[in-house]
Amino acid sequence: MTDLADTTAVGAHPGAATHDHTHVTATGISNEKVAMWAFLGSECLLFGGLISTFLLYKDRAADGPVPHELYDIAFTSISSFVLLMSSLTMVLAVSAISRGDDRALRAWLLVTALLGSIFISGQVYEFKEFLNEGLGFTTSPAGSAFFTLTGFHGVHVTIGIVMLISAALLSRSGRITQRNAEAVEIVGLYWHFVDVVWILIFTVVYLIK
Amino acid sequence: MTDATTTDVAITGDHDHEHSHGLDDKGYVKIALWLALITGAEVAWSYLPVWEDASGLTSFAEVAGLLVMMAIKFAVVAGFFMHLRFDNKLLTRLFYSGLVLAVVVYVIVLTTFEFWSS
Repeated sequence: MTDLADTTAVGAHPGAATHDHTHVTATGISNEKVAMWAFLGSECLLFGGLISTFLLYKDRAADGPVPHELYDIAFTSISSFVLLMSSLTMVLAVSAISRGDDRALRAWLLVTALLGSIFISGQVYEFKEFLNEGLGFTTSPAGSAFFTLTGFHGVHVTIGIVMLISAALLSRSGRITQRNAEAVEIVGLYWHFVDVVWILIFTVVYLIK
Repeated sequence: MTDATTTDVAITGDHDHEHSHGLDDKGYVKIALWLALITGAEVAWSYLPVWEDASGLTSFAEVAGLLVMMAIKFAVVAGFFMHLRFDNKLLTRLFYSGLVLAVVVYVIVLTTFEFWSS
């Protein structure tokens, strides 16, 4: 994180005008940013595999319920809305650092982390409800596929929350400033990716019957 | 959707400049409201009475409508919030290569397991 925070490059935004152009790359984009995008591209394959597995096994349960019998769409819609709004607060954090407004940056980062935590709490509640209804990780192939997919996403959100809080702390200690705003942008890319994956999961897993 | 947002909101930074900054805060709020609206439309669409006992073309229309709204949300978040619209096109190619590869690979996997016929 420190290295990430300390390196800046041509092609970074926002706040590109204030960057030290000390780390010029052939593409004009910093290596950290290219690496994050390559990582996110590879994550498409991971989540694609998990979603496909769920689609193949979603109705396979010898005993007990299958996930779509237990969905509470109203509840999940609110969770989805919360995660969607966290993408807004994240982009406002990136916008704040580009203006050099460190206080606003920290505030938006913490609000984003809070919204992420609310989403995770909702997921824990949903998992608990499913367990009470008799759908566990080892109950059936449908249960395993559902918990693996949504659990993996939940772990990604949790890692994102840790990254957000770390960025806020680094900003407080003066190690993330407008000069290395790209560090926040890269954390934001990860966070938005977690959001777009949920956009897919919400439609494919919850809404399509 | 995309046209509406690009005309309604102020663009900050220079589009001709390689390192454009994206939208202003008001623009991002507008996009978030659009996304929330589309999410509401998705949920409402999935509960339309016309889908009850749907089969054939009706069932296809239900799924297609949901997938189109999902794709719009995905493209808007990737394009505006993740700044792909304003950033170097190499990043767009990098990300969408992974996405397209994933879609192709897993459509083949699902076809192999006769998912579509079931």
